[in-house]
Amino acid sequence: MTELPTTTTRKMGLVIDLDTCVGCHACVISCKGWNTENYGAPLSDQDAYGAAPVGTFLNRVHSFEVQPAATAAQPAPAAQLIHFPKSCLHCEDAPCVTVCPTGASYKRVEDGIVLVNESDCIGCGLCAWSCPYGARELDLAAGVMKKCTLCVDRIYNENLPEVDRVPSCVRTCPSGARHFGDLGDPDSAVSQLVKARDGMDLMPEMGTKPVNKYLPPRPKDTLEDQVDILAPLLAPATEDPGGFLGWLDKALDKLPGGSA
Amino acid sequence: MHPAPSVILFTTLSGFGFGLLVFLGLGYPGVTGWMAFVFYAIAYGLAVGGLLASTFHLGRPERALKAFRQWTTSWLSREGICAIAALLVMGLYAFGAIFMDRTWPALGVIGAVLSLGTVFTTSMIYCQLKTVPRWNMPLTPVVFLSFSLAGGALLAGQESLAIWLLLIAGAVQLAYWWQGDKAFAASGTTMASATGLGGDGATLRAFEPPHTGSNYLLREFVHVVGRKHAQKLRAIALVMGFILPVLLLVLPVDSNLVKHLMAALAVVAHMSGVAVSRWLFFAQAEHVVGLYYGKR
Repeated sequence: MTELPTTTTRKMGLVIDLDTCVGCHACVISCKGWNTENYGAPLSDQDAYGAAPVGTFLNRVHSFEVQPAATAAQPAPAAQLIHFPKSCLHCEDAPCVTVCPTGASYKRVEDGIVLVNESDCIGCGLCAWSCPYGARELDLAAGVMKKCTLCVDRIYNENLPEVDRVPSCVRTCPSGARHFGDLGDPDSAVSQLVKARDGMDLMPEMGTKPVNKYLPPRPKDTLEDQVDILAPLLAPATEDPGGFLGWLDKALDKLPGGSA
Repeated sequence: MHPAPSVILFTTLSGFGFGLLVFLGLGYPGVTGWMAFVFYAIAYGLAVGGLLASTFHLGRPERALKAFRQWTTSWLSREGICAIAALLVMGLYAFGAIFMDRTWPALGVIGAVLSLGTVFTTSMIYCQLKTVPRWNMPLTPVVFLSFSLAGGALLAGQESLAIWLLLIAGAVQLAYWWQGDKAFAASGTTMASATGLGGDGATLRAFEPPHTGSNYLLREFVHVVGRKHAQKLRAIALVMGFILPVLLLVLPVDSNLVKHLMAALAVVAHMSGVAVSRWLFFAQAEHVVGLYYGKR
């Protein structure tokens, strides 16, 4: 049914830390891998090895440049590069669900995850039109709409070790920039993180009430002087080599002709 | 937005078809027999042809019947139901007029209301989308309804009424362009609200897109090529769609043949003008997702 539930028992979602994301795109690749091999139609590519390859992805990383305004304290602040992962935000008031003519799009009451029943999807694309975040992509091979499932086939999967029961992107992120949990529970780790770091909504004026939150980047600090923090680590471990090399060194020193 | 030929054809043709059905249902002209057959053949050709064209943009057209289920929330579903109901009711009315030489006015009025309702529900599919500020305006259904009525009156041969309806539709078109050009700025959605970045007077710009090639989002929502000649196309749409047809209708002519030829020319001009306007309706519509790419 395309009527949205008035409340959901839990609000499972992601918290994405724009301060720590390094823009490696590992989440993009692991998402593509997991979701091609598991739930629903595979994420197809067209002309994958040709001149104009395109493909379906559920998670993409944009990059933005922020040039802070000059202040008295910082007359020439350095620009910041912010990597910006974007996938379905599993909105509480999801417009993509209500516009669906077939009932293929739905929001689950038990955990708030927005899913597509691919056997009912006619591929009209209206849900993608209604999504302000570009979270939905029509798969050209399958002709049905694809979107982030919050790895619904991982998070409850008892065949996986417990550490793997999180979305693939969260499990993969090498910088710990992605967090998964119940944002409806004020005591959960993700809710606490959002509270501590002033987590924000994307396009709040759209009234979609996204569950996923973004943690804003912290302002960069500045170094007083140029300090070579690597120098002590790069210094030779010993000035006087021993063993065979030490003997060779001494033996060569004794030969006439001097050394460099 | 990508101006898909199937959707432009659908909204344009079915707009004319259902517009004509409105007038036929109300008894303007109150035709029976062979004359009625010709009128209904044109109306059904346009309306059904348009509906069929709309299924071409589906990823899974063989499942199109499933689209009638969610009328409680979905305007697309409501449109489908309204269209089928209008075609069935008007089909019954047409059967009476063509084969039994009978007209049932009550049935005709119901059919006319359903036909107008189909055009309205079509327009609401676009009007409901907050993500496309140029469509998310009360003027959007007014455009669709006024165009459909003007075209319907023209096709139904209601010349004196058609002149006024064409003038109204032309004025609505101008108002829609005038308001639409300000809609994106008025919506308040910017790259800053989309990303939450760039506060405290900082400058924000899209540095690098997530992918080197194109993708579904850029193809569907960030279609810039179609807008290149927007001002010229607007002039063409206005002249062909409204000014020329009105002139052709008001020019005094003696010969009946010339009068019919000029009316036919007015129909062709109007249809091509509306098709150009509908192209711009899609091509100029900017989806907010473009902001993530630094594009509109």
